[in-house]
Amino acid sequence: MTEGVIMNLSVKINEDSNLKVLEVSGEIDAYTAPELKESLMPLIRESGNQVEVDLEDVQYMDSTGLGVFVSALKTSKESGSHFTLKNVQGRVYRIFEITGLSEIIDIKAVIRGGNE
Amino acid sequence: MKETIEKNTIKYQELLRKYINTQDEKALYDLELISKAFIKKNILPEELINLHIQAMENIYPQLMNEYKISMEFLLEATVFYGLALQEVDYLRQEKNVLTAEISVAANMQKTLLGTQKPERNGVDIGVISVPAHQMNGDYHHFTVGTNGTIGIAIADVIGKGIPAALCMSMIKYAIDSYPEATMSPNKVLENLNRVVERNIDSSMFITMCYAHYLPQESKLKLSSAGHEPGYIYRAKTGEFEEIRTKGIVLGVMPDAEYREYEINIDKDDLIIFLTDGVSECRDGDRFIETEELLEVIREYVDLPAQELVDNVYQYFEKLQDFQLRDDFTLIVLRKEV
Repeated sequence: MTEGVIMNLSVKINEDSNLKVLEVSGEIDAYTAPELKESLMPLIRESGNQVEVDLEDVQYMDSTGLGVFVSALKTSKESGSHFTLKNVQGRVYRIFEITGLSEIIDIKAVIRGGNE
Repeated sequence: MKETIEKNTIKYQELLRKYINTQDEKALYDLELISKAFIKKNILPEELINLHIQAMENIYPQLMNEYKISMEFLLEATVFYGLALQEVDYLRQEKNVLTAEISVAANMQKTLLGTQKPERNGVDIGVISVPAHQMNGDYHHFTVGTNGTIGIAIADVIGKGIPAALCMSMIKYAIDSYPEATMSPNKVLENLNRVVERNIDSSMFITMCYAHYLPQESKLKLSSAGHEPGYIYRAKTGEFEEIRTKGIVLGVMPDAEYREYEINIDKDDLIIFLTDGVSECRDGDRFIETEELLEVIREYVDLPAQELVDNVYQYFEKLQDFQLRDDFTLIVLRKEV
C-alpha cells in the first residue's frame, strides 16, 4: 500500500492587538495536525485571547483536524479565550456539520451564492 | 565473520594490485562482491580499511611512514560509521519485534471486538470492515433481542491505529453492560457519551450511529452521534434517501442529548451504514464522492447483501490510484419480506 500524499501545511500568525489571526493553508490530516495544534494551542491557553483561524486555503481536513479544534474548544472554556473559524470551505464545512461540531464551535463558512 | 575476512584478505590484495596496474573495471566488480559479502556478515567498515592497509603494505613494502599514519587516521574516522551501522541493525531487529507484537494485538482485537452477523429469516445482512493499517479504529456490532429486534452499532474513533483500537474496546464493554434490546438508541448514545467524555483524551472523539431494526413493525429507529449519514435504498423508486440526523460526536459535551429518528422500511429496501473511510477514499488526487459510492451500490443492488458489500469494496480497490487513507466499514441490511 502506498502512503497517503503528504502535503505541507503552513500556519502564519498575525498578531494585531487583541485579535490573533491564524492563516492556515494546505491539508490538515494526521501528519500535519500536530503543526496546527502547536501554533493554535498556546494562543488558546492565554486567557482573554480572541483568535481567528482562517481556513480559506484549506481544501481538505480529516477527523484528526477536527480533534485539534475539539481540544481547542475544551481548553478555551477553561482559559476564557475565544476562537472562531472563518472562510471554511464547503468540503471542510461538511464534516463540521456532520459531526455536530458546527453547533458548538463558532464558524463562519464561505457563503455560496454570493450575497452576504 | 572472521572466516569471511580471512578468505577475502588475499583476494582483496590481488584485486587492488590488478586495479593499480590496469584500472580494469572487472576488478571493481569483484570488489563489489567482497563489499556485499562483508555487509551480509555485518562486518564493520573499519575491517575493510584494515584489509586495505595490509594489502598496501604487502604490495609496497617501502611505503612512506606518513602514508601509514594517514591510514590509521582514516581508520579512526570510520569507527563511528561502524557504530551507526550497528545501531541500524539493532533498530531493524527492534522493528521486527514491534511488528510482530502489533500483529498479535490486532488478532486479539479481532477476537475481543468480534461480532456475529445475525442470520434471521426476512433480513439479509452484509458487512465489510477493512483497516487502513494493522489495527482497526472502526467498530461495528450486532445484537438480536428476544422480540427479533436487530441492534446495529457502527462507530469510528478519530484517528487510526493503536490509540483508536484501544478506545474501541471501551465502547464495546460499555455497550455490553447495557440491556441493549430494551434500551432506546438515543439512551444508548447518551450513556456512552458520558463514559467516553470522562475517559478519553481531550482531542479525541468518537462518531457513532446506533440503530434498532424492528422486523415486525418494518421500522428502523436510530440515533446518531455525529456519524457519517446512512442511506435507505428504496426498491420501489430505485432512489437513495439520505438519513438526515443531528447529534454531536461522543466525548465532547458531557450532557449531550440525542434525538431518535424513525423510518419505515418496505420490502426489498436496503439500509446502508458506513464510516467516513468510505467517503474519504481517494483515487489519486480525486476524492470519491458519496454519489459515486451510491452508484456503485446501485450496480450491485440485486446481489445478496454480503456479495454486494464485497463487490463495492473490490470496485474501489481496483481503481488505479486508490488509497485507503482511513479504516473502511460498510454495512447493508435488506428487508426481504
